[in-house]
Amino acid sequence: MNKITVIINEKKFEVDPHKTILEVCRENEVEILTMCHLKGIVDIGACRLCLVEIEGMNKLIPACTTKVAANMVIRTDTEKLKKYQRITTELFYAERNHVCAVCVSNGKCELQNLGYKVGVDNIRYPHLFPQCEVDTSHPWYVMDHNRCIMCTRCVRVCNEVEGAHNWDVMNRGHQVRIISDFNTPWGESTTCTSCGKCLHACPTGAIWPKAIVQGQLEKNPVMITELIERRKMKL
Amino acid sequence: MPKKKLATIWLGGCSGCHMSLLDIDERILDVVKLADIVKSPVVDGKELPDVDIALVEGSITSDEHHREILHIRKKAKTLIAFGDCAVMTNVTGMRNYFNLEEVVNTSYLNAVSNDGQGEMPSHPCLLKLNDKVVPLQEVVKVDFVIPGCPPDADTIFYVLFEFLNDRLPDLSKAKKLKYG
Repeated sequence: MNKITVIINEKKFEVDPHKTILEVCRENEVEILTMCHLKGIVDIGACRLCLVEIEGMNKLIPACTTKVAANMVIRTDTEKLKKYQRITTELFYAERNHVCAVCVSNGKCELQNLGYKVGVDNIRYPHLFPQCEVDTSHPWYVMDHNRCIMCTRCVRVCNEVEGAHNWDVMNRGHQVRIISDFNTPWGESTTCTSCGKCLHACPTGAIWPKAIVQGQLEKNPVMITELIERRKMKL
Repeated sequence: MPKKKLATIWLGGCSGCHMSLLDIDERILDVVKLADIVKSPVVDGKELPDVDIALVEGSITSDEHHREILHIRKKAKTLIAFGDCAVMTNVTGMRNYFNLEEVVNTSYLNAVSNDGQGEMPSHPCLLKLNDKVVPLQEVVKVDFVIPGCPPDADTIFYVLFEFLNDRLPDLSKAKKLKYG
């Protein structure tokens, strides 16, 4: 296949066309922050953390849903991008009730790690403190909407990998919520297979097994990527 | 260098941050070489004098805390929000999702452990709870924050030691950022 040339942070790279900017950056060890990306499932550009600057375009472009083009000049490390990454992260914290001290994911949370990486020490925006439901109706798992950042990794994994499509999204703006079936309790779901893939796809402590206490949750999102890779293998 | 004055104050929090402060152990000797601890839950000072550094634990949950933090702001050159509650309300803010009356009734009247004999505390000396708990920075200007529930003793010492030596600490660069 013919390679094309792209320039990322003033360095030249020979890359395959048809790849996204994110894929190219990850292959060449250029750091890009992501929350809604999970390798193997379809990218949707929801979290806005992978925004990059492209010369000749007057707006920031999500790296996960944009394909590389010949002679594209990409910047991933500008002050402007860092500023937006911090704003985005703070808004995640301000939008729902992220109380790390009582969370099952404490210490192993992708949102916490993101905060440390972009240097969030305080939230400059007023917290919304929404009243969110905690759905404990499933016999094994809990869905805590307080901790959800709407990355929709659970929705896509349930649909694309498990093929069950138990999860979906309702409402818009800050009232947006993940729902089970037609907004019914998870325990009453007729589509959920209780496979637990959503739990591993979830980057925070929003979906967790009942047998877990504070700070003890270990998630393994790589398992989902591996599963997808192995399904592609021809025996 | 003249000795600085240091105060630590406990507002709406669990005092865990102060426990963590005590965990700096013998390094407290390095602190008192550079500063006098003039007011703190662990020393005997009653009034808050003018201080160089005030570490404030906890969020603003009542009229009394509101008055106190305004007073502290006037008295302190450097006001440090100390711990997750002071920085982003944390556990104290969990009552914000509910109506205040519902929360108080649940604690004092209807809690199962009250055996049906709960009583609402009503002494006029008691503070009046605000409808919503807010972090310090929503009421006053905060000069520095130490997140963490509680912040590690190492982090607390690092921040104190830097300020006492007239340097500005950087938690991000020092890889000491932590929430929860």
